[in-house]
Order: sequence, then C-alpha cells, then structure tokens
Amino acid sequence: MGWLTEPLQYSFMWTGLLAAVLVGVTCAVLGVYVVLRSMAFIGDALAHTVLPGLVAAYLLGLNLLGGAVVAGVATALGIGWLSRRETLREDTAIGVVFTGMFALGILLMSTANSFRDLSHMLFGDILGITSADLALISALALLVLLVLFLFHKELELTSFDPTHARVIGLKADTVRYGLLVLLSLTVVAGVQAVGVVLISALLITPAAAASLLTTSLPRMMALSALFAVFSGIAGLYASYYVNVASGAAIIVACTVCFAAASFLRTIRWSPKSKK
Amino acid sequence: MRHPTLPYGSRRHAEAVPGAPALLARSVSAGYSGMEEPVLQKISLRVPVGARVALVGPNGSGKSTLLKTVSGLLPALHGEISVYGNPVAVCHHRVAYLPQRGEIDWRFPINVRRFVMTGRYVHLGWFKRPGAPDREIVASVIERLGIAELAGRQIGQLSGGQQQRALLARALAQEADLLLLDEPMTAVDAATRGEISDALFRLREQGKTMIVATHDLASLASEFDGALYLREGREVEPAPGAFVGLPVGKEAAWAG
Repeated sequence: MGWLTEPLQYSFMWTGLLAAVLVGVTCAVLGVYVVLRSMAFIGDALAHTVLPGLVAAYLLGLNLLGGAVVAGVATALGIGWLSRRETLREDTAIGVVFTGMFALGILLMSTANSFRDLSHMLFGDILGITSADLALISALALLVLLVLFLFHKELELTSFDPTHARVIGLKADTVRYGLLVLLSLTVVAGVQAVGVVLISALLITPAAAASLLTTSLPRMMALSALFAVFSGIAGLYASYYVNVASGAAIIVACTVCFAAASFLRTIRWSPKSKK
Repeated sequence: MRHPTLPYGSRRHAEAVPGAPALLARSVSAGYSGMEEPVLQKISLRVPVGARVALVGPNGSGKSTLLKTVSGLLPALHGEISVYGNPVAVCHHRVAYLPQRGEIDWRFPINVRRFVMTGRYVHLGWFKRPGAPDREIVASVIERLGIAELAGRQIGQLSGGQQQRALLARALAQEADLLLLDEPMTAVDAATRGEISDALFRLREQGKTMIVATHDLASLASEFDGALYLREGREVEPAPGAFVGLPVGKEAAWAG
C-alpha cells in the first residue's frame, strides 16, 4: 500500500486531494439537478463563459476566482433573462452567449504575453492550487451545498412539477435563476481543478452515471458524489505517477465510472424490464 | 389586470367568506400572450360549495384555459373571479389544480409518499421541513385513496389510474376544497376509469367541490350535478336531450 501513501508526504498533494473532494462533491450533488432538469447544455455554456472573467482578472492583477464569480453570475442572469423572452429559443440564446463569451476570453488571453501561463485556466492545474485558493474553494463549496440543502424541497418540486409550484405561488423562474447562480459558483470552484473546458463533465457525468442506478433522489446524490470523489482521487494519483494532465485524468475516470454504471444497468435490468 | 398575489409560504391564508359559492366567475376572458384573440370569451360560472360540475366541449374549446385561469396559472384579461369569496391569488391553499398527466415529469426520482407530501408545501413555505403532523396527513390520505402499498414506488412506475389517484391524494394533503381536474379520464382504460370515479365520489362525500374537464358525455348525469358546455371559448346551449342538471352558467352566475 506504499504507493497510496507515498504521494501524501507532499503538501501540494494534500491540497489537491482536498480540492478534488470538495469540488467533486459540490459538482456531483448540483449535477443531479442539472441532469434531471435537462440543463446539461446550459451548464457547459456557463463553464465556458467564466473564461473572460478569469483572464480579465489576471490581466488586471486581481483575484482570478473573484473575476470568474463576476463573469459567471453575470452570464447566469443574462442567459436566464434572454431565455425568458420568447423571441429567441433558449438553446439558441445559450449558444450565442456561450461562444461569444468564450471567444472574448481567448481574445483577451492572446493579448497577454504568455499564452502558456493561462492554459491552466482551460485545462485545470489541480496540483498548483494554493492554500488561499483552497480556502475560497471550500467557502464556495460549503455555500453551494448549504443553499442546496435549505432549498431542497423547492428545487425538487420545480424540477418535476413547475405547474403545481406556480399554483401555490412559488415562482419557478426565481428558483431557476438561483440554480444558475449556484451553477456559476460551482463552475468557479472547479475551474482550477479541471479547467473551464472540462468542468461541465464533472457536473454531468457522475450524476448521469448515478441516475442509471437508482430512482431515489438522495441516493442518486450520494452515488454521484461517490463517483466524483473516486474520480478526483484516481485522477490525482494518475497524474502523480504517470505524469498526465490532472484535469483530464479526473474526467476520464468519471467517464469510466459512467461506462461501468451503464454496464451494471444493462445486466441488472435488461432481462425483465421489457414493457 | 394585476391582483396582489399571496407569495409562496405566506401564513396569511384568507378565510372563506360565509355563504359564498366555491367559484363565482363573471364575464371572464383569458388567453395566452401572443394570441390575437383571448381563448376564453366572457365565460360566467357559478359553482356552489360541494357541487361537481363538468366542463364539456371539444379540444380547443377553452376547458383547460378556464381551469388554469381559476387556479391562477393564467391571469384573467377581463372579468372577475372569486374563490370562496376571495380573489384567486389569495387562495393557493384552497385550490388544487390537477393537470393533464403530460405536464408532470413522471421519470423524476421521487416516490409516491414524497410526491403526495409536496401538497403540504403550500402550508410549509421556505425553509420549513415537513414534520410529524404532515407525515400523518400524507399517510392518511394515501390510505384513503387506496395507494398505501404503492407509497415507496417511484411515480413513473404507477399506472395511469394510480397516478391520477396520487394527484388526488396530493390535493387532499393540501387540504384543498376546490379541485380542478383537467381531463382525468383521458387515455385510461375502463377499470382505471372506475377507480377514478370511485375516488371522486368519495371526495364528494367529504364536501369537496370539483370542476372537471371531460369528453365523456355518457357519465355526465350519473357523476355530475351540473355542466357548462363550451365551444370556441364561449358558453353554448347543450344539445337537445343533453344533461343539464343544476344551472351553473351565465344565468346562475349573474342571478342574485
């Protein structure tokens, strides 16, 4: 078991592990709502749109994650607002905002002297996370999980029966805005771990895998968190021993979990569930 | 027209006005944004407390629109609606709207017990979690509608009739007095139809008022006290020989 403990003598490994667990659990739990509400595309879009915020903060010498929070929340509200107007279909509105913001981010990146320095924003650098970053990631993760816990029954109801929610005076739109803001905060927390390009996989893949295996929401969240934490740790070790990109290794591990879950589902349900 | 609305979870539930009918609608027009003409055109309806009233008409005649307007999902463009003597928007807890089955995501991972519990949310509001009294209410309504043995099932695994009974159970958990049912009998087999009408009959014995959109002309006389016939958003005279029963339309609404 020496290979398991050996990397733990380095503090960067501890920081990385903690970040992977925090980000994994947050993405996985929120991701269950993203998957059940068919918000995978908007999740991916939000992840890409924090890039200009990150780069602008870098260029101005401000806190990177602070810049990302501003960009993420602004986009969440912007997309919510655009999709309320019925002049544009929602997926079209998302497509326009998402690619525009991402291009703006790349444009800003290309004005910087060292394009390479910024590539960790795109693909993540979990072993480069500082203790100050970790503090912010923990704060964001705890905030998101706390809000999910407090508003669980409203999120649940507006997800499967928005009509009943409206009849009892609960505005499904307000809940949706809240969810988009949570999504952007989560994306920001996860950007350093896996980067803006891959963060949506951490939101969607573990939750999708869990949704194949259970029909209970709490169990789905627990399973999803388990997959994400396992993938985070597996990805970190892979990157330590094989020297591969940590963010990509984490997402590949998630995908393996998903493949295993669909295989399990096939052998468990295929013979009898012919309705 | 904008009414002040009672926000989610407000404790200030309005009391029923003594002697007021369960529903009084006068000259109500309503429709969807972007349409030139309102779907409903000056509909009047008076439903006494405890009555069962059918809304009868072909698809597109405005039955669903009328139910949605009474439940507060659509604003009335014109006319007035009162529910137990109060404006629509202050009666959330008293009105239950049972949508056509397609409006709910039945694949969502929630079991029957928790689904019925969502009927309690109007009384709980933000932050409060369901307590022992709420769980007792849920257990008793599930029992009453004969779906106790299904309580742990995911809602998508129920048959059409069982889903309809789960919706009724939720309306009872809400302690609603006025139930608005949008085509509960559509696309169900004869046995299910029987189950649903049994359930409706028992609710009636408990003094619940029901307004039901339906296509089924054959069962009107045996299952309803009155009927409103609709075509293209307007009230029309029943065909000769059709069920009439208690007058509920224009004349009843404006009398007295």
